[in-house]
Amino acid sequence: MHDLVLKTLGIGDLLAWLGVPDGSLVYPIVASVFPLIFLILFALLAVYAERKVSAFIQNRLGPMETGPWGLFQTVADILKLIQKEDITPTASDKILFFVAPVLVFTGTYASLAVLPWSNGFVGADLNVGIFYLLAISSLVVAGLLMAGWGSNNKWSLYGAVRSTAQIISYEIPAGLAVLTAIVTTGTLNMTGIIQQQEGLFFGYLFASPFLFVAFIIYLIASLAEVNRTPFDLPEAESELVGGYHTEYSGMKFAMFFLSEYGNMFVVSAIAVSVFLGGWLTPWGTVPSYGMGFFWILVKSLFFVFFQMWLRWTLPRFRVDQLMYLCWKVLIPIAFACLIGQAAWVVYL
Amino acid sequence: MEVIMFWILAVIIVASAIATVFSKNIIYSAFSLLFSFLGVAGIYAMLSADFLAVTQIMVYVGGILTLLLFGVMLTNRITTMSLKTDVFNFVPGLIIAAVMLASLLYVIWVTGTWAKHSPAVWDTTVESIGTLTITQYLLPFEMVAIILLVAVVGASYIARKDKQNIKS
Repeated sequence: MHDLVLKTLGIGDLLAWLGVPDGSLVYPIVASVFPLIFLILFALLAVYAERKVSAFIQNRLGPMETGPWGLFQTVADILKLIQKEDITPTASDKILFFVAPVLVFTGTYASLAVLPWSNGFVGADLNVGIFYLLAISSLVVAGLLMAGWGSNNKWSLYGAVRSTAQIISYEIPAGLAVLTAIVTTGTLNMTGIIQQQEGLFFGYLFASPFLFVAFIIYLIASLAEVNRTPFDLPEAESELVGGYHTEYSGMKFAMFFLSEYGNMFVVSAIAVSVFLGGWLTPWGTVPSYGMGFFWILVKSLFFVFFQMWLRWTLPRFRVDQLMYLCWKVLIPIAFACLIGQAAWVVYL
Repeated sequence: MEVIMFWILAVIIVASAIATVFSKNIIYSAFSLLFSFLGVAGIYAMLSADFLAVTQIMVYVGGILTLLLFGVMLTNRITTMSLKTDVFNFVPGLIIAAVMLASLLYVIWVTGTWAKHSPAVWDTTVESIGTLTITQYLLPFEMVAIILLVAVVGASYIARKDKQNIKS
């Protein structure tokens, strides 16, 4: 088991180049610590970016006082969150209230394990990589329900139930859209999926009309899965105060926040890896080690920006509209795409 | 390493299974079940059954457990009701437990040599599962699909409020 994990660590190339001996414990440690550092840095910058994007869309300046152009605003916020008193409501369920943020964060962090960062740089190059990614998000669902119930607050419970109903509904079109691409690749391995897209302009995006539609479906469904506008009903401030994290404060709230922003990146990275060629260059050549990391980051960050852009320009759906869109629009189209793409692969 | 991992997983599975059965709070039971499922997925992963491990998480954690929690949370007054975990149906329970134990012991007895380690070669199981599903096990696979479809149709019929208005 131990050896197997070590061998599947694609990061090995880099460490071997740095002179770390083969089979050293450094390999798994680096592979597991890197996503954590990345996640924290990403959340730090994404919160700042969200504020700036929202400010520019609303014709404001956003944070300007702390540091140059307000760059240290998020750092100040984090320091504030760390110092805050950790409040546990008296009527809450102490155990569930404590475990919920941990579980939600575990779901996010676990999904980073199989993301391909670059050519030959992936935490665990699982044979069932993309399937694992779709499955592991159910930990987040369980965590949200736990948070909603543990808080013992009607807003929290409503938020959690809404969120769960939304995520498990939109998992179906998202899964079908990914399956449309899987039909073409014939592999569930993340690296394999990307390698199959070699030589294509922007990966699978323009490879067939069905894949293009599947990509759009995935994009919409992924917005719902991370509870972003126009699907942010679970934390609709005007109705539910803050949704499932109403009662949370301090570091526990920070963990929810971290995993929320982490999930934004994860769904973007999945979309990029499955439909846009991941770490391949946009014109489909295999880049060098460092440039691969650059390309997947640029593509993913564009979709993170896309999510922020939508959040500050679109209004929120109603619950019935949300369910209508999923079950009566997206799922039938996704099924049609899947069948169409299967025929495309067989006959073309 | 393998042994340590196995024991950690085994303790998680058994402890959370015990908590599921003996907990007085139905929510605690449901959430302990979550850790039991995850532990079993871990055991599958250690046995090189990667597809099975992920399916375990997908189906049990993502589907069944979520449905269970949903049902519990949407049911009125379920928290005020205290669960009875006393001993009921002593004789039938004893018989079932004895039969289960006997069948497990029988399997242990019949299986001559147990593999001590998971296979060293990390074979991909997805392709063989896929091939077998659409060749050797095509009929059972299709039958399961039909049964599930019928179950969905039946469930939505039962859940409908205006049954009288449905024209046959």
